[in-house]
Amino acid sequence: MRKAIAILLLAIVGYYFINVFIHMPFGEKREGVGKYYLENTVKETGAANVVTAIVVSYRGFDTLGEVTVLFLAATGLGAILFGKRGEKRRLQGASVIVKTTSMMLYPMVVLLGAYVFVHGHLTPGGGFQGGAIIATGVLLMFMSYRHFNVSHNALTWIESLAGLTFATVGLIGLALGTTFLQNFLPLGTPNDLVSAGIIPIIYIAVGFKVGAELTGVLDNMLKTIR
Amino acid sequence: MSWLAVLVLVLVVVQIIAALFSVWQKDLLLAALGTSAISVVLSVLFYLLQAPDVALTEAAIGVALSTIIFVIAIKKTDRYEE
Repeated sequence: MRKAIAILLLAIVGYYFINVFIHMPFGEKREGVGKYYLENTVKETGAANVVTAIVVSYRGFDTLGEVTVLFLAATGLGAILFGKRGEKRRLQGASVIVKTTSMMLYPMVVLLGAYVFVHGHLTPGGGFQGGAIIATGVLLMFMSYRHFNVSHNALTWIESLAGLTFATVGLIGLALGTTFLQNFLPLGTPNDLVSAGIIPIIYIAVGFKVGAELTGVLDNMLKTIR
Repeated sequence: MSWLAVLVLVLVVVQIIAALFSVWQKDLLLAALGTSAISVVLSVLFYLLQAPDVALTEAAIGVALSTIIFVIAIKKTDRYEE
């Protein structure tokens, strides 16, 4: 009986999903706001990557909200796990092959993450992706070395300073221009590393913030294993 | 049918197989690996659909971080489903 009801509900949901997606043109018609972004983004923001320009510039306030949500989630997790976690990770030590490989891969993964968020306004990716990649690299080290530790004090400082940078840049835009996150730096030539005004500054801040937060979350969770 | 459409179709079938594997598998560690396989294929699909930004997110979050959260949960509870 329960299974029949579940299948019926799924069929109804599936029917509506099919109805929505079957009429959705993929890359054919470009109208309204999408057309506007594709035609004017490079001219207005100087960012070669339109997605980044939308996330950080046109919808920059939403991004501040997203970063806040992530911060609250990480803080909440830390608060819940505070009494339950031990001082050390008690995982079994990994084999020599895993240890050596992760030692060699770790700097490269962190470098890739930094590359992704520094070049956020030029190539695909940005602060969120770069931060997640850096956290993945740290996770590699967490799982291979029992005594590899990160300082939670340093993580807190990085997180706070990055968040403060984001808000300060936005407020400077409000003071000098008309709106929050208004661009106040020269745009430069599109496709240059130093271009697009405040977009790279904000995405580097977001990259540091997300990387530090996810690293803290992983450390907290791994320390609960006894 | 173009080769791209065939490739997308093959990838979607692989995803469905991995999803069914994850649902029916009694060993939860293997089921978690099945969900991460879905994420790998999904990130390739996003790349083929010209959304490389989303593909990067899916590769980092879906494959690595959410799988490790599943693994931690399994480590703290039971490995086998009754």
